[in-house]
Amino acid sequence: MTGSPLEDRPPLAIEKVRYYGEPVALVVAEEEYIAQMAALRIKVEYELLPAVLSPKEALQSNAPLVHEHLDKYKRHEEVRPEPGTNIANRVKIRKGNMEEGWNNSVHTVEIEVTLPQSDHAAMEMRCTTAQIMPGGKVILHSASQSPYVIQRAISESFQVPLHQVIVHTPLVGGSFGGKAAVQLEYLAYMASHAVGGKAVKLVNSREVDMIASPVHIGLDAKIKLGCTRDGKLTAAEFVHLFDGGAYSDRGVVMSRAGAVDCTGPYRIDNVHCDSLCVYTNHPYSTSFRGFGHPELTFAIERAMDILAKRVGMDPLEFRFANAIGPGDTSPTQTLLDRSNLGNLPMCIAKLKAWLDTDDSPQYETHGHLVKATGVCCFWKNSNTPTDAGAGAVVAFNADGTVNLLCGAVEIGQGTRTSLTQLLAERLRMDERMIHIAPEVRTETDPFYWKTVASRSTFLVGNAILRAADDAIAQLKGLAAVVLQCLPTDLDVGGGRVFLKDAPATGLAIEQLAHGYTFPNGTTIGSQVIGRGSYTMQNLTLMDPETGKGKLGPEWTVGAQAVEVEWNTKEFTYKIIRAATIVDAGKVINPLFARGQITGAMSMGLSFSSREAFFFDEKGAVRNNQIRTYKLIRFGEQPEYFVDFVETPHMEAPYGLRGIGEHGLIGMPAALANSLTAATGVELNRLPLTPETIWRTIHDPV
Amino acid sequence: MTLPPPAMYPVACEVNGEKRLVRVRAADILLSTLRDQLGLTGSKPGCENGDCGACTILVDGLPVKSCLMLTVEAEGKQLTTIEGLKNSPVQHAFVRYQAFQCGYCTPGFIMNCEGLRNAHPHADEETIRVWLESNICRCTSYEEIQHAVRDVFTPKT
Ligand code: FES
Ligand code: FES
Repeated sequence: MTGSPLEDRPPLAIEKVRYYGEPVALVVAEEEYIAQMAALRIKVEYELLPAVLSPKEALQSNAPLVHEHLDKYKRHEEVRPEPGTNIANRVKIRKGNMEEGWNNSVHTVEIEVTLPQSDHAAMEMRCTTAQIMPGGKVILHSASQSPYVIQRAISESFQVPLHQVIVHTPLVGGSFGGKAAVQLEYLAYMASHAVGGKAVKLVNSREVDMIASPVHIGLDAKIKLGCTRDGKLTAAEFVHLFDGGAYSDRGVVMSRAGAVDCTGPYRIDNVHCDSLCVYTNHPYSTSFRGFGHPELTFAIERAMDILAKRVGMDPLEFRFANAIGPGDTSPTQTLLDRSNLGNLPMCIAKLKAWLDTDDSPQYETHGHLVKATGVCCFWKNSNTPTDAGAGAVVAFNADGTVNLLCGAVEIGQGTRTSLTQLLAERLRMDERMIHIAPEVRTETDPFYWKTVASRSTFLVGNAILRAADDAIAQLKGLAAVVLQCLPTDLDVGGGRVFLKDAPATGLAIEQLAHGYTFPNGTTIGSQVIGRGSYTMQNLTLMDPETGKGKLGPEWTVGAQAVEVEWNTKEFTYKIIRAATIVDAGKVINPLFARGQITGAMSMGLSFSSREAFFFDEKGAVRNNQIRTYKLIRFGEQPEYFVDFVETPHMEAPYGLRGIGEHGLIGMPAALANSLTAATGVELNRLPLTPETIWRTIHDPV
Repeated sequence: MTLPPPAMYPVACEVNGEKRLVRVRAADILLSTLRDQLGLTGSKPGCENGDCGACTILVDGLPVKSCLMLTVEAEGKQLTTIEGLKNSPVQHAFVRYQAFQCGYCTPGFIMNCEGLRNAHPHADEETIRVWLESNICRCTSYEEIQHAVRDVFTPKT
């Protein structure tokens, strides 16, 4: 069995098939077309079993069980399945006193929201190769965010010592969380094993990628929110039912994220949340950009807008008044300070200034065209394992250039460039003198947990800074002997090691990089190789009853807006403008940072305006092609506005915060809020297609 | 089960200015021939049925989705893949405007733009939009690509 944290998934279905698209057999052939022809000859007879097609259905007392033996599955990390039910995990938050909270509430709202499952749809489909060498060594190439997780998974599942499993990950053609899961790699290993270890290549077609490999999680949520007469939030109650699909994979951890940050970035003293990962007969879910946050944000931010209306406050002012800040505590009762929390009021103020630059009102009608704006705020902590870590090696070449080795995968986010910049900054050298390979190789690159959660510049970045400091210490130590001074008298920069007080006196790094050779040939010292590693510090698990715990190092916060033009005649809309103000801690590469934010916004707008899997009554996916599963295309992009606030996170390299996912988080909520303002009906269901909106207005059942 | 060896057909064409001769099955698509036989992996499969544009190449100067063309149809044609471009203004503009992240869609976008330059050297915004609608990028916001392409089609003084 495979799967993490809960081992509930056989690589090929055993006894029963739990979702449409689940792999049932493997064919190995010399040519793809031959394999296809052979696959057509496999006859499978299926007995139709009752299916569970939504998280709500799955929780009914008479619901069929997707997994009968939940108690038997092996567990890694924290996970609490409830045997005899379809609950793969339940996470609780109990903070403050709910009775008191509700007693102090003058206004309350109660809403339900629904986000269906959708797809990552990275342009490169998932693919892998596997080969088992005669000596037992296993070599895999995989388009993955988690080469080291693959290494471990193959090692444990097939009893191969860890060092005998070698994983190479070249540049990956987009992944957005979808390639953090391990799936094809097991199959490729098994296929190679079946043919005596020959190299086997396994590539998903687009159709298979969409139905067989893990997808973006869905959510059914119920939320009740209360505030005082003048708009101070008093209490919040959440039931999050994440649609984990047929196997739990990272859905379990996403349900935890759904609890940890359930309130959004607001000060609420009394919080009650049950966040569940629920089994259904849908495709199974894995991490998706934002990791549970776009979903939880949709729930809380829809409720915030409705509550603001009740109180009679401007939606942005209402958020400003309740913005969480230093001295407050998170739902898991972590005390917040200026370092572990970005500056939300500042983000809101900047967003307000942007909204005000355009003199036209935020709601305007011209005949059958209605222009309206929706806003929202977000926050996100990383929900990483308490021991997530990374290593780095900085090795000097004889000419003073540097090779940087680390395990962060390049998936288009620019990590390997940004990491090179961090190193160049610390070594005070031209970044063009640093070489970093595009590919990650587990046998030579130091370990990195996995490239997810916008954590690479933090974890790997910290490891690199430590490696740089180690190298600097070596350079200074050696130069001190030659220059007859103390290492503390020296500085490194511009390709030299020199005396702080007399910068003209010093040595070129190339004279030291592989040891220093005196005129008589005697050499002291040897190759300068800096090493560094870093692991998450002071994180804790959650208390099972109250949720108390420290689940990540810091929160990135931000405020977003979307402006739409709604056509009342045609029931269509155009997205005119979209804005994100995010507290990035420190912007390392401005062009990359903007690209990450707008790219994520684009994905968020695409996903909330049109993306969803459609199922038939038996649970089969009806739209597993890009022509039926629509994505945003060139020409549909709104005007984007991005701005940054910089409140340093003290534990991070140069104070930076994660920003890779964050542009996406509030887009669904801001879009729904803008369309709600435009249409006058509460839109609590994604995707926001003209059809959904029409149904909400005319056919609310 | 053993299959009889498939009938193979010779196809002669010019790829990136070089004469090439390949032997293919009648059912082989051009995208696979380019990638698997000729080692030109710059053209990418994103859907293999014409929906994404990642496989776009130039055939006699005009963009074609190579997943929708049979290799046998390439007989006597001039093909240009991304490997056949060097320092083109479109490539430069894509770099300058950071018009890619993972880069998977980029060869298709660039080849489509090259075709557009051949067909409409003075393309206006609307023509650009209609042409580029056929390619999908999942990483960028398209804004960057728009800036790059706009730059290419802006007359330089
Ligand atoms: S692979 Fe040819 S259009 Fe998608
Ligand atoms: S850059 Fe990744 S799909 Fe366009």
